[in-house]
Amino acid sequence: MLEQFYEKMLLIRLFEKKIEELFTKGDLFGTTHACIGQEAVAVGVLSAINKDDIVTSNHRGHGHFIAFTDEIEGLLAELMGKECGVCGGRSGSQHIFKESFYANGITCGMTAVATGMAFAEKLINSRKIAVAFLGDGALGEGVLYESLNMASLWNIPIIFVLENNYYAMSTHISQGVAGSMADRGRAFGIETKEITTNDVEIIHSTFKEIVGNVRAKNRPFFFVVNTYRQSGHSKSDDCCYRTREEEEEWKKTDPLAILRGRITAEVAEKIHQKCGERIERAYAKIRQAGDLSINYIFKGLYQ
Amino acid sequence: MMLTYGQSINQALNAILSKDKRVVLLGEDICDPYGGAFKITKGLSTKYPAQVINTPMSEYALTGIAAGMAIRGRRPVLEIMFGDFLTICADQLINHAAKFGWMYNSQVTVPMVLRTPMGGRRGYGPTHSQTLEKLFLGIPGLKVIAPSHFHDPGEQLIKAIDDNNVVLFIEHKLLYSRKVGELKDGYVFDFACKKSQDTFETITLSNNDFKEARATVLTYGGMLPYVIEAVNELLEEDEVFLEIVVPSYINNASIVEVLASLKKTGRLVIVEEGTLFNGWGAEMAARVVSEGFELLEAPITRVAAKDLPIGSTRVLEDAVLPQIIDIKVGIKEVLQ
Repeated sequence: MLEQFYEKMLLIRLFEKKIEELFTKGDLFGTTHACIGQEAVAVGVLSAINKDDIVTSNHRGHGHFIAFTDEIEGLLAELMGKECGVCGGRSGSQHIFKESFYANGITCGMTAVATGMAFAEKLINSRKIAVAFLGDGALGEGVLYESLNMASLWNIPIIFVLENNYYAMSTHISQGVAGSMADRGRAFGIETKEITTNDVEIIHSTFKEIVGNVRAKNRPFFFVVNTYRQSGHSKSDDCCYRTREEEEEWKKTDPLAILRGRITAEVAEKIHQKCGERIERAYAKIRQAGDLSINYIFKGLYQ
Repeated sequence: MMLTYGQSINQALNAILSKDKRVVLLGEDICDPYGGAFKITKGLSTKYPAQVINTPMSEYALTGIAAGMAIRGRRPVLEIMFGDFLTICADQLINHAAKFGWMYNSQVTVPMVLRTPMGGRRGYGPTHSQTLEKLFLGIPGLKVIAPSHFHDPGEQLIKAIDDNNVVLFIEHKLLYSRKVGELKDGYVFDFACKKSQDTFETITLSNNDFKEARATVLTYGGMLPYVIEAVNELLEEDEVFLEIVVPSYINNASIVEVLASLKKTGRLVIVEEGTLFNGWGAEMAARVVSEGFELLEAPITRVAAKDLPIGSTRVLEDAVLPQIIDIKVGIKEVLQ
């Protein structure tokens, strides 16, 4: 498990670095929101659910996507606007889909959609659950509280995973969030847990217990993880709203650094090489792939 | 027995709930004994308790919940108590539900229906009387269906529920108590009637058996009863024969039936209950000019609500919403 966690987190880290590099080179169009520093949440949480459970994600979703699907070629192709991208090159970074993974770039909007998805599964007794990722910025959106209310009223098996990275773009939680984050779940009679860690093993074991609880009780859960976004909000962010000292302090709890203390240097190097090669291989392949054709722009507007 | 518009919708929901267990009704106060603010869902929660769900007042999340349920295989039908509240649903409709199919490259479908009573003339004032569907007409991926009482509203609703797309289903609240017209020997009530072959059909009406006609009136939904009154009065007073074209799929780009009628009349009046500026009629007029300019013998006339909020007092409401006299004036103008 340990090595798998390390490998998955490193794959996400190197993928995000590759994306940053491609933007710098001018190979990518648009924008992206890297999750560097938050990899332990994606991997710890999503290694604890089944492949046919439901995941919804937000603008910062590459880590969630890779952790859940292990698909880097289709994601890279999507970001590069290729027809072989997971959404045919239509949707780019914020709107990725594969199997039972659904992302959208509207802050907090997917919490309602995920609630409906989990409700649909409950109505047919499929035993599938939903995991809805949101950030601290999403706490400002009213749709969250409507969703929490109905999830609790209707006993919907959904886990809201709040990744508090302390900043909504440039706005620190001290300026954006009143009161306690965890109490937001409790106010609706929803079981809640809050932890502050970038240790993937702790997140995984905590989340595994939560998943068991949700499946057994057929009830929602509100899980708060306090983590840190080492990267800027998006590719154009110079992080002028926080100090370099603060950033250095958080790097001490870097999720990869934590795990590196538990595996040998030899194993770490092997994994590093493997992940790096995988990404470069994917990039080399996708670069050659055909660009999407605008001839099919109308396709699929109506089903 | 002739049904009212409201009964037609109620019976359609009853039939589809029984036939298709994927169908789930959601909405505020829709369960018995209340049966919905306009009583449209009366009796349904008693017969299908597992499929009819009372909700809190959370239109924003409910629209998203319906979208999520639809993606995962249910056929949700969400009732929004007043069409004015669609503003609260807008983000989920526009940025979520209507986007998923195209954005995810046809790998999901979102077969959801959002039904809502729309329109004024009941003295509910500025925030419960509006005709706001025009805000949703230019959203690719969203179908807006607004049947008149000459359509079969129940049948249109079943088609909307069976549709694999996001459908905004507009029911004018004044139509609920009106008898629904049945097509018999080519007639609906006193009008000769042709229905298009589309799933959500366009109806063409004539008060002269599709022979001579002097002008075409294009309208939809809750304006049709007013248009019919105006047309009847003009026939009696001035012996003017007219044709009326009534689509139900109001953001469909096709104007085939309008052009067919204009070939005969050359004159067009467009009537809607929404405000004039940036209205449905503006888009229809632009399409007619672009596709059928050579057919027009006179400028197009538009009849719509004044660009003002709707007052609660009857005299203010009447002054803002288009009346029978306004339609008659519009028709006379185009005949000059």
